[in-house]
Amino acid sequence: MIVDWEAEFQRTIDADSRIEPRDHMPESYRATLIRQIAQHAHSEIIGMQPEGNWITRAPSLKRKAILMAKVQDEAGHGLYLYSAAETLGVSRDQLIELLHTGRQKYSSIFNYPTLTWADIGAVGWLVDGAAICNQVPLCRCSYGPYARGMVRICKEESFHQRQGFEILRVLSAGTAAQHAMAQDAVDRWWWPAIMMFGPTDDESTHSQQSMTWGIKRFSNDELRQRFIDMTVPQADALDLTLPDPALRWNDERGHYDFGPIDWAEFWQVVNGDGPCNRQRLAQRVAAHVEGAWVRDAATAYAAKRADPGAGQAGSSTAAA
Amino acid sequence: MTQLATTASVPAYVLRLADDALILAQRLGEWSAHAPELEEDVALTNIALDLLGHARMLLSYAGELLGGRTEDDLAFLRDEREFVNCQLVERPNGDFAATVARQLFFAAYQCELYAALGESADATLAAIADRAVKEVSYHRDHAVQWTLRLGDGTPESHRRMQAGVDGLWPYTSELFESDDLLLALVAAGVAVDPVALRPAWSGFLGPVLAEATLTVPETTWAPSGGRRGLHTEDFGLLLAEMQHLHRSHPGASW
Ligand SMILES: [Fe+2]
Ligand SMILES: [Fe+2]
Repeated sequence: MIVDWEAEFQRTIDADSRIEPRDHMPESYRATLIRQIAQHAHSEIIGMQPEGNWITRAPSLKRKAILMAKVQDEAGHGLYLYSAAETLGVSRDQLIELLHTGRQKYSSIFNYPTLTWADIGAVGWLVDGAAICNQVPLCRCSYGPYARGMVRICKEESFHQRQGFEILRVLSAGTAAQHAMAQDAVDRWWWPAIMMFGPTDDESTHSQQSMTWGIKRFSNDELRQRFIDMTVPQADALDLTLPDPALRWNDERGHYDFGPIDWAEFWQVVNGDGPCNRQRLAQRVAAHVEGAWVRDAATAYAAKRADPGAGQAGSSTAAA
Repeated sequence: MTQLATTASVPAYVLRLADDALILAQRLGEWSAHAPELEEDVALTNIALDLLGHARMLLSYAGELLGGRTEDDLAFLRDEREFVNCQLVERPNGDFAATVARQLFFAAYQCELYAALGESADATLAAIADRAVKEVSYHRDHAVQWTLRLGDGTPESHRRMQAGVDGLWPYTSELFESDDLLLALVAAGVAVDPVALRPAWSGFLGPVLAEATLTVPETTWAPSGGRRGLHTEDFGLLLAEMQHLHRSHPGASW
């Protein structure tokens, strides 16, 4: 029996069912998913840097514990996502190599620095908040392993967003210096967070095909608007101002209007000239290079265990 | 007389246990996003979180005994000379092998300590120890696995692991020192006699080091003083980093 697998693939997508690793899929679908999942995984592990930056300085033990747990979650997200990508036939090592050589990207938001403690609040509230808007629809993505990974990740992201909000709430209601620190952080993170949704719909290159394939469910502009609508009332609750004088409710649209986005800044950071692009990549590469001897040792040790004759005779059985 | 001495010295003892856990958690936190592989980022943070959890329970208990001091008061508002952790836990991370050696020596000690402390006449300490012993035995397993891999891995990893052992071994003798405070609390059934932990500790480590093809250095140097608030020069920098933000905003909440 000859099965027309391309028709079968499209029927699966159209029925809103999941494509699984063993199913036939068009090469371009596979390539698109690999690119997107890898970029997502890279973002999780690069994102550990700006937040890890404050672990040793967190101002209370409770905050230190929460921040450590959050950064650990991000490492875990990286692990699930690399595993999801591996089901498409690429290895984690290959993807890491593509990241380290600049051939795959990570979310540009992590190219901004965390300068004060309030930045940890702003990152949780705005960056994890924007990530949730982007990621919740991915729980229904047409590729099964990615969709299932996202369900688990989204649960943790909502805890991340809440802890960020909570940091800012306490700061905003705290001393004058703490309130100012919170406002300054929101002033610096608002626009970069808005840019996390990517270019406007008419500029976005991969969007249309991804929508047809059920990888993407909503357009960049729809998700951006959803994020803004969700966040403005939260800013009011925090008693903090969002740095956009044009931000106001539009009854007719049923949405908040907002001011023009500085796309020159967006492209500058995407293309490598943000404040921390070089630093982030250099630290990632350094951790990898400096850890090579550790990974080699683990491999060599495992090989000796598998074939004791291959190592120095007797060394691994000395204490048996 | 003994009863009075004991009442006054329990918080001093609890602080020793708390500071060991807190300072090691702080050191391990420095590894974040710098580990040799992603799985180790997760594992080292996990260990740091466990230790921080133990430190918080112990600091809260010490603060209660001292009369209305919080865990944060004790962590952020004491100076170098008031910290009573052992010097081993404050040693800089070094390379991954040095971190593994520090973990191995310290987790093996904590396993014996908390197992014995589970029998303490102080019910709060006994309960904390019971809970912590399960976690530190995982920390010890983790360190053993890496000690074996690095010790018996490649020539480079062997050289680095041996250097880690050589560099940190002298700091282990402080773990097993006793003093008047401990003697009084051991007599009262509150504290564990550290001298008594050494045979089990050595008995555990000997076979691990042998299997890892590592040797214990011959040395007469036995740095000490942490329990009296005498630390290494690196410690002041660790505290400066840990405390500066909290101290920059006196009285603020976070
Ligand atoms: Fe994440
Ligand atoms: Fe997150």
